[in-house]
Amino acid sequence: MAVSDRITTADVVKVATLARLDLTPDETERLTAELDGMLEHFADMDALDLTHVQPMTQPYPLRNVFRADVVQPGLDRDEVLAAAPVAEDGRFRVPPIIGLDS
Amino acid sequence: MSDLAATPVTAAAIAAGVRDGSVKAVDVMEAHLARIAQREDEIHAFNLVLADEARAAAAAIDAAVAAGRDPGPLAGVPVALKDNMCTRGVPTTCSSKILAGWKPPYDATVVTKLAAAGAIAVGKTNLDEFAMGSSTENSAFGPTRNPLDISRVPGGSSGGSAAAVAAGFSAVSIGSDTGGSIRQPAALCGVVGVKPTYGYVSRYGLIAFASSLDQIGPFTTTVHDAALMLDVIGGHDPMDSTSIPAAQPSLVASLDRGVEGLRVGRITDLPDGADPDVLERLEAAFDALREAGATIVDVQVPAFANALTAYYLIAPAEASSNLARFDGVRFGLRVDAPDTNAMYSATRAAGFGPEVKRRIMLGTYALSAGYYDAYYGRALKVRRLIHDEFARAYQRAEVLLTPTSPTVAFPFGSKGDNPLAMYLCDLYTIPSNLAGHPGMSVPFGTGADGLPVGIQVLAGTLDEPTMFRVGAALERAAAHEGSAR
Amino acid sequence: MSESRPAAVQPTYTTSHIDFVEFEQGYELVVGLEVHVELATATKLFSASPNRFGDEPNTNIDPVTLGLPGALPVLNEHAVELAMRVGAALNCTIQACTFHRKNYFYPDMPKAYQISQYDQPLNVDGWLDLPGGYRVGVERAHMEEDTGKSSHVGGASGRIHGSDYSLIDFNRAGVPLVEIVSRPDIRTAEQARQYVTELRGILVAIGASDAKMEEGSMRCDANVSVHRAGTPFGTRCEIKNVNSVRSLGRAIEYEARRQIAMLEVGERVRQETRHWDENDGRTHTLRTKEDADDYRYFLEPDLVPLEPSPEWIERVRESLPMLPGARRGRLADLTGMPADGEAIMVVVERGQDQYVEAVGHLGGDIGRALVHVKEAFAEQGPEPTVPATDLALLTKLEVAGALTATQAKAVLAEIVANGGGDAEAIAAAKGFEAMDTSALEAMVDQAIAADPDAWAKFCAGEGKAMGALVGAVMKASKGQADGKAVTALLNAKKA
Repeated sequence: MAVSDRITTADVVKVATLARLDLTPDETERLTAELDGMLEHFADMDALDLTHVQPMTQPYPLRNVFRADVVQPGLDRDEVLAAAPVAEDGRFRVPPIIGLDS
Repeated sequence: MSDLAATPVTAAAIAAGVRDGSVKAVDVMEAHLARIAQREDEIHAFNLVLADEARAAAAAIDAAVAAGRDPGPLAGVPVALKDNMCTRGVPTTCSSKILAGWKPPYDATVVTKLAAAGAIAVGKTNLDEFAMGSSTENSAFGPTRNPLDISRVPGGSSGGSAAAVAAGFSAVSIGSDTGGSIRQPAALCGVVGVKPTYGYVSRYGLIAFASSLDQIGPFTTTVHDAALMLDVIGGHDPMDSTSIPAAQPSLVASLDRGVEGLRVGRITDLPDGADPDVLERLEAAFDALREAGATIVDVQVPAFANALTAYYLIAPAEASSNLARFDGVRFGLRVDAPDTNAMYSATRAAGFGPEVKRRIMLGTYALSAGYYDAYYGRALKVRRLIHDEFARAYQRAEVLLTPTSPTVAFPFGSKGDNPLAMYLCDLYTIPSNLAGHPGMSVPFGTGADGLPVGIQVLAGTLDEPTMFRVGAALERAAAHEGSAR
Repeated sequence: MSESRPAAVQPTYTTSHIDFVEFEQGYELVVGLEVHVELATATKLFSASPNRFGDEPNTNIDPVTLGLPGALPVLNEHAVELAMRVGAALNCTIQACTFHRKNYFYPDMPKAYQISQYDQPLNVDGWLDLPGGYRVGVERAHMEEDTGKSSHVGGASGRIHGSDYSLIDFNRAGVPLVEIVSRPDIRTAEQARQYVTELRGILVAIGASDAKMEEGSMRCDANVSVHRAGTPFGTRCEIKNVNSVRSLGRAIEYEARRQIAMLEVGERVRQETRHWDENDGRTHTLRTKEDADDYRYFLEPDLVPLEPSPEWIERVRESLPMLPGARRGRLADLTGMPADGEAIMVVVERGQDQYVEAVGHLGGDIGRALVHVKEAFAEQGPEPTVPATDLALLTKLEVAGALTATQAKAVLAEIVANGGGDAEAIAAAKGFEAMDTSALEAMVDQAIAADPDAWAKFCAGEGKAMGALVGAVMKASKGQADGKAVTALLNAKKA
């Protein structure tokens, strides 16, 4: 598959769901055009021969970075819950979680 | 530049004066606050000015000095902090509605280090929302204006931090650089800006945009101040797994060694895009270094041109994951809804601006099932290619010189509706983020309309000492040029 | 774990190295188990927040636990040590590995991604042998962080369905987990129960976890499918919310029958995640595969690779204590009793096998000691307070015929009740006269003389004839003779 294959509105809607972003119909249309344009621009990557190239995820090669298993002071619950949108009973409150159990 | 010439301007001078008692930290702070009072309304460098806190901190520094205690290497130095770095109990917004008013319960490591060094936070500076942009026009709280010409952008994403130093609001400031967000605004505002080697400065407390690309660095008026700042904020942090373990040599110590015998690389296949005035300054920079005793060599980096593509797949991919935590559950904005899924989607739609949404969408797509190999996976390979080609170039030359920005500061709105036009601002800065190499922008004269041009000095991993040597040489040459005109 | 957890990704198997085992109606039941285990560390996997169960909500939190903007993970070295121990105990290859982000939205997931291991996990290709010797493959045992806990308010019996809102506690978020994924080698509900029980015993023995299903420090999900002989494995369903070993068996069999019933009427089994309801004894749809999230796995950029040195791996392997299976085997060798028999299973599970061996070292009869410990030491725990010497003496008296089995039991009860005691003294106090060997032998000779017919038949090989002789001795001794001792004497004289 090449980078420059078209991205469709259906793709955009699916991605918006994955990303939990409500989009207006205008936004959906605009984003489709913009992302499509970007991907077409990015097609320069298709021309490169990358068969023998290893991916690079981290610029500075470190290994085995650890922390000792010792408790350190944490956060004050009141301070944290004061910044919460909705708190109740020492916990973060959220609207009903969608589940499909019947 | 400053109308209150009584107090020293550079961090080095301020700290020296405060430490030996010849200058009062409160006087230094008043001078800076006065400049803020005069021009901040016009420039909007800050999301939040911490005037009272800063005055109190300055008084405490003076008291420490009077009591014979060591006030630290940056004693009394006013510093502005980009508003994507956590400051405990002080709003940290990333210039986004989704974090409007959020007060972190902890300090970023950089913030702690600066305070321990005696520097005084003067305010939180404006940025492109979540550090995504090259002009600070993407801020949810209004743009920052370039102090040298308020009809033009200061660059981005650290536009506020660059403007704060350029306008004399703070002696130094801190920004973050993921694709050029320190260097480019530094160039556009005529100040020094440095992105160190990835891992040089701790990212703990920096609100992440792209984890494998983000680095924190200083804006200053002099190369010496930048070295001083990095000596303070750099170093291993056990709270950041990607932080380089070994201690690094002092950069201040390497400044005056000159460039005699150094090889400075000219990238002959550098992608087009720079304006003629900018290219003229680059030539002048090569000339200046040659005169100072450096040798100019030609190098090639064929994959340079592919860096933008790789970056605009990798950075948004990581960002799409890093920004998923903004979900209205534990902090920040929440838009109520009948169930959590609806709450997520409504909250994020209301809280994020268009550029952020665009990048989240692009990043999510690049990682999604069926597309990972073609987009994100491939981009990681291009990244390796770029890194390796630069590594080969650094065998032929100790540093490379390029323009920092293709143009001088541009007018507001001039990049139009096409996001790609804006992305091209980072053409020359992006590759070093991908490779993890350090880069700095040094002001080197002016270009079109008398606006500043920045020259970018690039070096290999952990070769900041050489990079600073060359930066200092350019600074000397620029001053000489300036006085000769 | 919470109720609407999206289904994990598993490889597809189509052939089996295990001979067909019919479950019902010509179908074979195929089960793979995924067990999540909380590691017994002091702090969480990526932060220094306490790893403690039962504290007030949201008191074991820090920026990393809450996924606050700017927070970064740092790997707990002791968690790695314990995870390696799990791998070693399950005979895995321990290898260099990396961490990935598994991206999905859920309120108890503070970062909206879970840091886990994907294509390069720490431990791979191991196995676990069930007590009878049946081998279940372990595909992998990888490290990942736990989620917070949500409670649902307003619905029936605290379930999500019909709830008005939910409350989230992040104390558990970030606790280190090892996810142990078996190969689909399990063919019966009983094997599944044994697997989980044996696994628990191993985890406790190596100190990796307290593995308590009732506290959630061990959680078990079952992947269940059915198929007919000679056909590929069927579509599997993942069963969640199994909270005890007993439920596991019930849930597996229910699910297998549910699938068979569908297949028998020509319906296809849908690949989905199902929720086990202990109260109505059925599984219910939770999420279908179509609803499952795309996790967009990518390498965690905030962590660096983990490459345990060969020296570290070797040290971990060598530091393992003897595992339950080996302990059962050793006790079996010493006593001649079956390793998966009830006595040895129970005694090893209680951790009392070393005690039994000690009794043997002190000259006691180890076979008798095993049975006594199994019968009477249920309350004693792994370090019985009854001195081994006391039990050793008791068994010596039994062997010598000084005490009958019934008498020995009574003496033992008193020894246990008093935390020790001299068996001879107790027997005397109870009026159990030590029947010395010569007196017994005299009685045996008398019985033989009184019934030469029985004696002749017994010598000719009719074992039944012994009964009459033994009976005569018992009568003569007024029930005080030890039947085993009499039998031994008769056999000795016959020879």
